Amino acid sequence: MRITIERSNLLKSLNHVHRVVERRNTIPILSNVLLRGEGQSLEMKATDLDLEITESTPAQVEQAGGTTVPAHLLYDIVRKLPDGAEVLLATTTDGSAMTVASGRSKFSLQCLPVSDFPDLNAGTFSHSFKVNGSDLKMLIDRTQFAISTEETRYYLNGIFMHTVEAGGDLKLRAVATDGHRLARADVVAPSGSEGMPGIIIPRKTVGELQKLVDGVDGDVSVEISDAKIRVTTGPIVMTSKLIDGTFPDYQRVIPSGNDKEMRVDCATFQAAVDRVSTISSERGRAVKLAISDGQLTLTVNNPDSGSATDEVPVGYDNDPLEIGFNAKYLLDITQQLSGGEAVFLLADPGSPTVVRDIAGDDALYVLMPMRV
Amino acid sequence: MTGIDTLPGFCRDCFQVVPGRAERCKACGSPRLVRHGELNALHLAHIDCDAFYASVEKRDNPELADKPVIVGGGKRGVVSTCCYIARIRGVRSAMPMFKALEACPEAVVIKPDMEKYSRVGRQIRQMMQDLTPLVEPLSIDEAFLDLKGTELIHHHEPPARLLARFARRVEDEIGVTVSVGLSYCKFLAKVASDMRKPRGFSVIGREEAISFLAPKPVTLIWGVGRAFAEKLAQDGIREIGQLQQMDEATLIRRYGTMGQRLFRLSRGEDERQVHSDGEAKSVSAETTFFEDISDFEALAAHLRALSEKVSRRLKRSGLAGQTVVLKLKTQDFKTRSRNFSLDSPTQLADRIFRTGISMLEKEVGSAKFRLIGIGVTSLGETTLADPQDLVDQQAARRAKAEAAIDILRDKFGNRSVETGYTFRPTDGRSR
Repeated sequence: MRITIERSNLLKSLNHVHRVVERRNTIPILSNVLLRGEGQSLEMKATDLDLEITESTPAQVEQAGGTTVPAHLLYDIVRKLPDGAEVLLATTTDGSAMTVASGRSKFSLQCLPVSDFPDLNAGTFSHSFKVNGSDLKMLIDRTQFAISTEETRYYLNGIFMHTVEAGGDLKLRAVATDGHRLARADVVAPSGSEGMPGIIIPRKTVGELQKLVDGVDGDVSVEISDAKIRVTTGPIVMTSKLIDGTFPDYQRVIPSGNDKEMRVDCATFQAAVDRVSTISSERGRAVKLAISDGQLTLTVNNPDSGSATDEVPVGYDNDPLEIGFNAKYLLDITQQLSGGEAVFLLADPGSPTVVRDIAGDDALYVLMPMRV
Repeated sequence: MTGIDTLPGFCRDCFQVVPGRAERCKACGSPRLVRHGELNALHLAHIDCDAFYASVEKRDNPELADKPVIVGGGKRGVVSTCCYIARIRGVRSAMPMFKALEACPEAVVIKPDMEKYSRVGRQIRQMMQDLTPLVEPLSIDEAFLDLKGTELIHHHEPPARLLARFARRVEDEIGVTVSVGLSYCKFLAKVASDMRKPRGFSVIGREEAISFLAPKPVTLIWGVGRAFAEKLAQDGIREIGQLQQMDEATLIRRYGTMGQRLFRLSRGEDERQVHSDGEAKSVSAETTFFEDISDFEALAAHLRALSEKVSRRLKRSGLAGQTVVLKLKTQDFKTRSRNFSLDSPTQLADRIFRTGISMLEKEVGSAKFRLIGIGVTSLGETTLADPQDLVDQQAARRAKAEAAIDILRDKFGNRSVETGYTFRPTDGRSR
């Protein structure tokens, strides 16, 4: 293989693919990125065996061919080359090394054979549809923080995506929960998504997907099978395994009978929670919400350092109520609410509380209270 | 250098100052004298009870006084402690019981009564705290004490004499003996307490620290175990004196952070302070089996029983831990330790057990195990512990069941309610 490529093109694509590569690998080939020069382009591919990203970028191919080199090393080299440079990538005749040359800089990287590079055998996809990039990003943004990290409940280590009838429309819905809070977000289901199987997209894939669709205005195409998902946007193709498990019946968790409604200005509330939680320890301590007619008092007590209270005007005309929440969880949720006002639907200090935008329930959160 | 006749010293039996080069106390005739140039300047002590468990047993049963006594568990257990008579016969602590009995067949073997030992241990600790608030317990029967400045509250008695009085008080009031090490740092205080056991009182001052350490084996250094000593031996280093000849940079380059420790401790430099916040850092329980076990179900039964034990201790002390640690020891004495961080602290046997079992699943199969243990670390307060779970509705029910079982056990004993994991219809249990 012998190709010439603009440094900016190479860097942009490497930036997308190299993140998939884990810094520590017991299997050497997984530290490498696959490079293949063909026709008018260079194709790059990286994988961790669960997630694979390929991307093509224009290049002058003098001699077609491919190789694999350490991904982070190549990325770091290209990053340090001067802006606007042209980069020559050429493998030695025996294929054991690849030269990276630009201007007066020259590097030689050890290669591993292309034939050793694993392929995430995608198989056939049963459903495919196009979804607006910003819709997909919204689904992720609103739910990602609630993904569980507890490996024992591996089926919660991702976002559950499926279609559902809601309010007479078919919605594409994302749900994530760690048992302490649950996040649910809906967009209008794109055509072609109806009948798709419910899938659990693993956390790492969710993170990469979020970066991938960031700033994409147009549609991205999504293909789904029982075991895999593939998302294509422009020259980038991301393929990932799905979590093989059953997501719990989350609907049962969302209380429907909470009749105590509290309305509060999102920004004011968030700032107050942030202020009082200054006093809590890093592990996260309960914020006590004391709600009475038109007024919310937030209190944090930390026996090690002191206490804090703050007051926020709210819309509330029900029996006074005291309830505690983890400060971090409250902040996570209020950061995601987009409307001016947030609606809290409460029952009692021991039962889950629903939080949503005033605008509607396109994004809805359930929060488990804490003892205070 | 001060001449021997001007060294400060006193009698450990009547606490009189002994002048000159007298070999016995003029007042009481005792030969147990302490003399050291820095005697009145040193303030860091390590106190270690002599053959503690065995001594307590002998105290409570005078018939045992002249017999070799081994405290330890079962035929497959190991020696926890053995008295000095048994030690003469070659019995050592941590020795497998069968070996100990080979060495000393007429030994009286006593099952450990931990409750009794910790009661006695607490009494002794209380006496230590009468000397200084800076007591750092290392275990049930040993502790570091920093006596700096305590002359002011103890009638201008220097630390050395306070310690001698303390040792005497423990003998008189508790009925067991202790050995005292006095120095200027933790490392050497601990080394000193070990020098003339039992009923010892040893002093290592700054002046002789380097020459004292030079001929000693490297294993004396805190943190140098068998494996590390072998590594040092491969590099030709066996004695501390050799380390004293090396420069810090070389040691750090060769042995990393351990190199720095070697450099400092070999020169008797130890900056560690005595910390009195004796709060537990972890709560754990473990058991050694009668016979090595590879069967998952059998291991699970032990794990359940141990989880309940840990949980009981957590609940009793109002603590909760966020990291669950599973410990296994294989047939060939290799220790495997696995840990898992929960997203909230717990004190429930149910969660400790479930987390433990998921780690155990990955370990069983090939190996046979001789020991299993489980514990929790990252201890914290209970307000954040075991929050309700949105998804796992069963967990809430199990937590309620556990609370009910706890109440029953408090009333009717630990065996009154058992889970299917630990219950055996006939009492053919190994516990």
